Amino acid sequence: MHSLNRKAALIAIIVTLGCVVISFYGSRKLQNFDPALIAYLFGTLFALFGGIYRYCVWLQRPPTWMYFTRTWQMVFTGNFFVHAWFMLGDAVRNLLLQRFIYPRGNKRWLAHFLLAWGCLAAFAITIPLTLGWINFTLDPATALDPGATKLYNANFFGFKVMDFKLGSVMAFLIFHALTWCSWAVIAGAVIFLVRRLTNAGLIASQTFEGDLLPLILLIIISVTGLGLNFSYAFMKGIAYDFMSVTHAIAVILFLVWIPFGKFFHIIQRPAQIGAHIYKLEGKKRGMAVCPHTHQEFTTQLHVDDLKTVTKQVGFDFTLEDGSSHLDYSPEGKRSLLAMAHLKARQESGSFFG
Amino acid sequence: MEITSYKTEMEFFVDMQRCIGCKACEMACAECETNGHESMIHVNYVERAVTIQTTVQVCMHCDDPVCAKVCPADAISKDGFGVVHSANTARCIGCSNCVMACPFGVPIKEEKYDMMMKCNMCYDRTSAGKKPMCATVCPSQALFYGTREEISRMRPNSTPVNSFVFGEQVVNTKVNIMMPKGSTQLKVH
Repeated sequence: MHSLNRKAALIAIIVTLGCVVISFYGSRKLQNFDPALIAYLFGTLFALFGGIYRYCVWLQRPPTWMYFTRTWQMVFTGNFFVHAWFMLGDAVRNLLLQRFIYPRGNKRWLAHFLLAWGCLAAFAITIPLTLGWINFTLDPATALDPGATKLYNANFFGFKVMDFKLGSVMAFLIFHALTWCSWAVIAGAVIFLVRRLTNAGLIASQTFEGDLLPLILLIIISVTGLGLNFSYAFMKGIAYDFMSVTHAIAVILFLVWIPFGKFFHIIQRPAQIGAHIYKLEGKKRGMAVCPHTHQEFTTQLHVDDLKTVTKQVGFDFTLEDGSSHLDYSPEGKRSLLAMAHLKARQESGSFFG
Repeated sequence: MEITSYKTEMEFFVDMQRCIGCKACEMACAECETNGHESMIHVNYVERAVTIQTTVQVCMHCDDPVCAKVCPADAISKDGFGVVHSANTARCIGCSNCVMACPFGVPIKEEKYDMMMKCNMCYDRTSAGKKPMCATVCPSQALFYGTREEISRMRPNSTPVNSFVFGEQVVNTKVNIMMPKGSTQLKVH
């Protein structure tokens, strides 16, 4: 068993306690907190603690830390606004639109886009609701007037941010927001599940807990979530308890699993923007030329940083003359291996054996 | 991935002096389902200006894979059979650390996908007890997949070597390179 990473645990505890304090005061000393969501609250706090803990452990790995520090060094060196603009554009392309998935397959992109946005929108709605940050109240003035159209207020940290008329299109869209999310998640998850059950390459390399279970969980969450709505809208509340308990169990499992399973990639993905800045800025500083092929192959910064990182993780590719095997391009390395092999064969007196 | 018919007695043997540069392996590699039909094997001229020598390179599946160690996203993993798998598509951030750190020059950064890909020994086939695609088509047996007994019968004057010296670093691998009989290591520099 891995020992506890104290630094990560400390940061995770501080952030989690900070969230508890914000939620206590944000819900106006629990006045706006919905006790029916208590199990979800503990699941959310655990996910927060676990997510921050794993993120901090992950950041401490030498290659991750190298990219993390380099990214922020580069962002704050030179023209900050140029970098900020690039990051914003890259975030729109890669995080919001997930465009890098499109060349891997348009159906894959569509499935991921639906799944990602269904999940993220659902997070954005349910997490603040669970923590008591947002709540809805009937407008007192219209509530008391039998002839008036009832107004509903949406409050954030107890402060009114908007109101809408009951029965309006806006009310319909807001009250069914999770329904739209559920349909998007179901559509995306089903496309992925079909792919995972029919693609021979995926069948060979996937695991149940790593690849199939996350999709099944998301489908259970979405179907039972829709079922709740369906039950009170069309079935007079039949099977509501069953739906509600199944939904809660699936959501809590999902929350507890975020830090450890496939869902952690949601938290990891912004690192891609760092890798893009690193490449872009590295190019400006100069490219490395392979001593064998005499061609540029990556940035010199990348080669130099890798020499440091490989030593940090227990590898030393330093050569006798003080240079490094890492100074060679991938093609150069393959050629060097072949040349060494040829030399060994030549010295043995036979090319074949 | 848990239930497989992977044959642990089968090993990969490479003899790049036998490579004739026909690129049949490249075509066959593109049949691999786990690569998503992208060819991951490398066939290249060693020094085009002075020799027609070609070399072929599959992933050597290192015992302690440096590609996985330098990956900032924990995207590369080694399974119980010693097969080092291609990057987890959900995690890979396309940084190319693995591409530049691999001592054998194996991983490929697929720019169009912003993702690293590499040979995973045709896991769809090897996990079902079959041979990797490249080894089934190589006409000169520069690539061979079989048992140690088979290769020793075929190449009585060669020894499979899976230890490579790159300066200060010794790298041990799952895949073997056929060397003159009695060899224990291949010193690259």
